[in-house]
Amino acid sequence: MSFFDTLRTALRALRKNKMRAILTIIGVVIGIAAVTTIVSIGQGANRLVQGELQGLGTNVIFVTPGQKRERGVLRNDAPTLTEADADAIALECSAVRAVSPMIWTGGQVIFGNENWSPKEMVGVGPDFLQVRAWPLAAGSFFSEADMESSAKVCVIGQTLIGKLFRTTNPIGQTIRINNVPIRVIGILAKKGANMVGDDQDNLILMPQTTVRKRLVGDPLDNIHAIMVSARSMDQMHRASDQMRNLLLERHEIAPQEEPDFEVTDMEEVSSMLGIVTGTLTMMLSVIAGISLVVGGVGIMNIMLVSVTERTREIGIRMALGARGRDILWQFLIESIILSSIGGLIGLALGTALSMGATVVINTYKPGTEWPMVVSIPAALVAMGFAAIVGVFFGFYPARRASRLDPIDALRYE
Amino acid sequence: MALIELNDIGRTYDLGEVQVHALRSVTMQIEDGESIALVGPSGSGKSTLMNTLGCLDRPTRGSYRLAGEEIVTMTRDQRARIRNRQLGFVFQNFNLLNRTSALENVELPLMYGTKVSPRQRRDRAREVLDLVGLGDRYHHHPSQLSGGQQQRVAIARALVNRPSILMGDEPTGNLDTKTSREVIELFNRLNETEQITVILVTHDLNVARTARRTVAVRDGEIVVDTTDFAQAKAALESDESL
Ligand SMILES: Nc1ncnc2c1ncn2[C@@H]1O[C@H](COP(=O)(O)OP(=O)(O)O)[C@@H](O)[C@H]1O
Ligand SMILES: [Mg+2]
Repeated sequence: MSFFDTLRTALRALRKNKMRAILTIIGVVIGIAAVTTIVSIGQGANRLVQGELQGLGTNVIFVTPGQKRERGVLRNDAPTLTEADADAIALECSAVRAVSPMIWTGGQVIFGNENWSPKEMVGVGPDFLQVRAWPLAAGSFFSEADMESSAKVCVIGQTLIGKLFRTTNPIGQTIRINNVPIRVIGILAKKGANMVGDDQDNLILMPQTTVRKRLVGDPLDNIHAIMVSARSMDQMHRASDQMRNLLLERHEIAPQEEPDFEVTDMEEVSSMLGIVTGTLTMMLSVIAGISLVVGGVGIMNIMLVSVTERTREIGIRMALGARGRDILWQFLIESIILSSIGGLIGLALGTALSMGATVVINTYKPGTEWPMVVSIPAALVAMGFAAIVGVFFGFYPARRASRLDPIDALRYE
Repeated sequence: MALIELNDIGRTYDLGEVQVHALRSVTMQIEDGESIALVGPSGSGKSTLMNTLGCLDRPTRGSYRLAGEEIVTMTRDQRARIRNRQLGFVFQNFNLLNRTSALENVELPLMYGTKVSPRQRRDRAREVLDLVGLGDRYHHHPSQLSGGQQQRVAIARALVNRPSILMGDEPTGNLDTKTSREVIELFNRLNETEQITVILVTHDLNVARTARRTVAVRDGEIVVDTTDFAQAKAALESDESL
């Protein structure tokens, strides 16, 4: 029998039992919709995490102080990094594009009658904006000269405009931090909230020398961290290695000794987070997959009933010259049609559901731009999965039908 | 070479405890264009013999040559092909697909045969329905047709692939006397004008009378094979008196 005739025969048979076909389809719809929703929400989560990491700056690598043995005691927070380390990295590591020393402090910012405590108060180097790939909205950034002179200047995040200056143009205004007058010379571009919902624009930047000498009052040239960006994604590992070797040498760490610093590149963090979101998505998909299997068992059940009910029809077809494979295909196509229709509807429903979920998340947590992912490969996989369910669970009943003996089938009451 | 050559055909049903010998040893030849009535008491093996001839069932012993081809050693698919191309089978209970129009029922064998376009298929189905006198019932479903009309649809379906043999296992068993006669007339007409070999199982002597050759079966064996109906009738009546 030709494919077209088989298809037509299968469709007619399904139409004769509409209600039953619809109920069977619903089973598959639920399974496919669940898989589609979970996969696309999972991919959204992954995309969000990756986006956040991108937001941190391109190809960023962190150097942080490691353990240090001080009078026999192991310390995790010992200040082991210096400004000279940062300079050496900038000078000697060829895979590094930009370097910024980092030093954190806290306190109140006062302007006129207003005061505000920014979430972050950081001393940075002149290349900080390059490291974080963060443009300025207005004004200018610190120069080498500002660094040399520990200039009393700062660059503010967008949130501070509203909190302190209202309608006044902040540029050129002088604010006070711990009674030190500091002039605003630039405003950072708006960055928005990060994935945990923290406002990233609630910060103030100053030259690291200013923070160290005028605010913290550290007599040494210790810094809290060094933030580095590699020349490209491919150069990340090379940059990390170069820095590691350089710092081992500079800190005179013997081969068997634990280094007193740590180099963490964002690729590691990113792949680690990717594994976490991936595992979660996988686990949920397995649960969703189970409902798909339940849908498949529904198909098998209905097809078995159908084969039994239509035993005589099978006998008649065989008596008229249908071969085993003609009967096999007739029933197999029926179950593939059921599962494919279920797959299509499930896909549409799943897409709608994940869109709805995205809208809900974004309304519930403003500032977070949860990305909507309608993944074509995922859709294809879902459809393929549906068809496979049809073939897998339809095969046994169809084969049973195809193996019937014509005489027995004709005699069946 | 005869159209059909049966040689020592046996069919035994193995029911575990007992063995039922539905056919013990049947040897016969049927020539092209013959008209045969297969008679015998109930349980004598007529249906078993008919199903064997119709390639629906496989004998457990012996040889069956149809147009020179050995059927017994054929695969299931090969027998399906023979049923589709060379044989037309009509059943006592019509065996039409319900909720399916007369036209579509008649088209069925064409779907399982050589490739024909849907158009040609439809035309051919109309042609045979016209032949059996149902030119005005193309789109009726079996439930909308009388028993006689349903059996005509079944005959049209059996004829649609231009088989050389038309077989019927008590095709008039479910029909009243008048309708029965009409259907038998149709079989005879097809035998005479279309030169189709007709083999019918019947227990109705009036039906058997119209066939040119009568074969009587008893206990799985042929007891009478004659062109003289009176002889067959005598044999049958002696059976009934037993
Ligand atoms: N599938 C079967 N299993 C067991 N015995 C059978 C089967 N079919 C037929 N028989 C037996 O074979 C014998 C012949 O049956 P059948 O050919 O149907 O007779 P008829 O058609 O002449 O009435 C009977 O005794 C019947 O009980
Ligand atoms: Mg019988």
